[in-house]
Amino acid sequence: MKMIPWLILIAVLVTSIPLYAHAVSVPEIPDPSMEFSITGAGASFPYPLIDLWRVEYNKEFSNVYLNYQSIGSGGGVKQHIEKTVNFAASDAPLKQSEKELAQGTLHIPEAIGGVVITYNIPQIPEKGLKLTGEIIADIYLGKITRWNDSQIAQYNPELSLPDEEIIVAKRSDGSGTTFVFTDYLSTQSSEFEQKIGKAKAVPWPLGVGAAGNEGVAGIVRNTPHSIGYVELAYAFQTGMSFAFVENGDKTGFIEPTLETISAASKGASANLPAAEGDWSKVSIVNAPGEKSYPIASFTYLLLYDELSNSTNSIKEAKTIIHMMHWMITDGQNHSESLLYVPLSDEVIEIGKQGLARVTYEGEILFDYDGPVENQNDNNADSLDIPSWIKDNARWWADGLISDEEYIAALQYLIEQGILKV
Amino acid sequence: MKKSTHTIKMGSKSDKIFKMGAAIAGTFVLAIIALMVFQLVFESYPVWEEHGLGFITGTDWNAVEGRESFGALPYVLGTLVTAGLAMLIGVPLSIGIAMFVSDAPAKIGGPLGFLVELLAAVPSVIYGLWGLYIFKEYFRDFVEKPLHAAFGDTIFLFSGTPFGLDIFTASVILAIMIIPTVSAVAREIMRAVPQQQKEAAYMLGATRWEMFRLAVFPYAKTGLIGASILGLGRAVGETMAVTMLIGNATGASAIPSSLFKPSQTMSSIIANEFVEASPVGLHLPALIGVALILLGIAICINIVAHILVTRMLKVKEGAINN
Repeated sequence: MKMIPWLILIAVLVTSIPLYAHAVSVPEIPDPSMEFSITGAGASFPYPLIDLWRVEYNKEFSNVYLNYQSIGSGGGVKQHIEKTVNFAASDAPLKQSEKELAQGTLHIPEAIGGVVITYNIPQIPEKGLKLTGEIIADIYLGKITRWNDSQIAQYNPELSLPDEEIIVAKRSDGSGTTFVFTDYLSTQSSEFEQKIGKAKAVPWPLGVGAAGNEGVAGIVRNTPHSIGYVELAYAFQTGMSFAFVENGDKTGFIEPTLETISAASKGASANLPAAEGDWSKVSIVNAPGEKSYPIASFTYLLLYDELSNSTNSIKEAKTIIHMMHWMITDGQNHSESLLYVPLSDEVIEIGKQGLARVTYEGEILFDYDGPVENQNDNNADSLDIPSWIKDNARWWADGLISDEEYIAALQYLIEQGILKV
Repeated sequence: MKKSTHTIKMGSKSDKIFKMGAAIAGTFVLAIIALMVFQLVFESYPVWEEHGLGFITGTDWNAVEGRESFGALPYVLGTLVTAGLAMLIGVPLSIGIAMFVSDAPAKIGGPLGFLVELLAAVPSVIYGLWGLYIFKEYFRDFVEKPLHAAFGDTIFLFSGTPFGLDIFTASVILAIMIIPTVSAVAREIMRAVPQQQKEAAYMLGATRWEMFRLAVFPYAKTGLIGASILGLGRAVGETMAVTMLIGNATGASAIPSSLFKPSQTMSSIIANEFVEASPVGLHLPALIGVALILLGIAICINIVAHILVTRMLKVKEGAINN
């Protein structure tokens, strides 16, 4: 019976100390006396992740409800321009022409996606066919038409490639996956760049189109000797065979995994603009690094740097900032379980700097001076409890100090204002 | 008619309300169509401004920023070819079904008619999925491949590698989808043929086929054409199942030149690309322009159907009312 008040106190400790310890580097929490309903719209690719965030965030802040409509990046950008949602999500950065209609848009990278080349060759059931970007481009241009083409054979001497026509599968719907894939191929082949170019829907000269990752995967699985491109998570979940692709440095063939795609985001992060900068040219395909998988991209949250554009209350604006901050920090812990690649610290930092710029009628909402260096804690971004508090709790739990002593210690902390209850 | 004059005398107030209600309902339909046309014209205006009528005859389809160029011809052709093929396959089958159901003993005809109508209740996405995962496989292996092997080199219709997601598969599924509509209407029309007329044919020694040919078809012709047009309407506008099965080529490669080639219809390109089309530039206006053409074609089909039916009625009026 005596334990229950203690458990409550511990719970208070666990939640309040981290907030205090980083008071300067974390946005204000949503006003608990009010209810907030935050609306977002856009890309379907990050939807499973955003939906999980919605649930997890609501567990911590039960007065905040997120309503995210997965209507596609194009629709998200449209609603962002029309200022009918609090934030949008897009797989591709805003084009220059779109940005002109949405002045002051910040790009906050939220997750990383990778595109995987899948194939169905009955003679080669396992993964690991080696392909270069140039070969993939030539297949999609219709220049390489048979699996035993000498260019493919050259990199795969150990495989017995069949003398069969390659059946090319592609996305029929406009999609961020196509954008990343064509972005990559445009860097690999100047002919591809000229004839096809990069966009969410491109003029493919050949191939069978199907809607959605599941559509392309369906064609590839059901059609012998076919090739297609799908989102990483989809290839993993369905257990399809996928190709290893030559890295940007041209030093080896890289298997697509969460690690190699994460490496790509690290390799590319040095050249990224600030959140308020011009992202229209940003691309992390062909990222430098020996272990970087070359076909990867960010997916973005879009919001205005002046939130009175999309909300009419400062409290709601603060809630939006707190939620976005949570998404790119705590929220990243949920990425891997859904096969999204979590952001690297460098990219999270760009997002935080971006959020720190946001104002509501000119007032800064999030006072952030850069990462806090904490001597007891090597990772400045994590919300670890300082070790001396853990020690105190352990002594108490082990019976080394009495309940009274422990309460006295806590009360001291509260009186001194170190602990906020 | 006699009864209604009676009720009008009973209360002219309720008659006024009825008149107003009917007028509102009637105007409502007109207003919706007018608004639709206005919205489509307004939102697709940039693409007409850029390409003019060339948008209808163009074959380019390029949404890449800086190279935007759009033409709707391949999708217009794709729609007409798939709907036409579906009619070619579906209408004779439907009329056959209607003939059987209308003339079979009630014990067989009743349940069979019910089953055919049940087909109409199946959502199109079910047809699409069934076509994509099951039908396509068998159709490719047992119909397309033999046809390709036999005629692939000589007849252009059967050239190209058959892989199941093409004009032919989409048309066959479309044909299956229009069967319930066409056959249900056709059955009712055949049932409406006066029994004396059929019996008269039998009395003159006609066989069953001759009875249909001499007594039923002349009487039911206009109705059968109307039924087919209803089917055509469904085939032209069908989206879900076609999008899943037609292979979704774009631009010049979508022009139907062989049964075994992927193509694209007007409704499927809209379904495919609308969601991710950038709100800036010509992509969205182009898709809405395609929708405008689709609406125009649908209206044309209806006008042609109307003219056909009324002309036929005039010509045959004497015969029918005898």
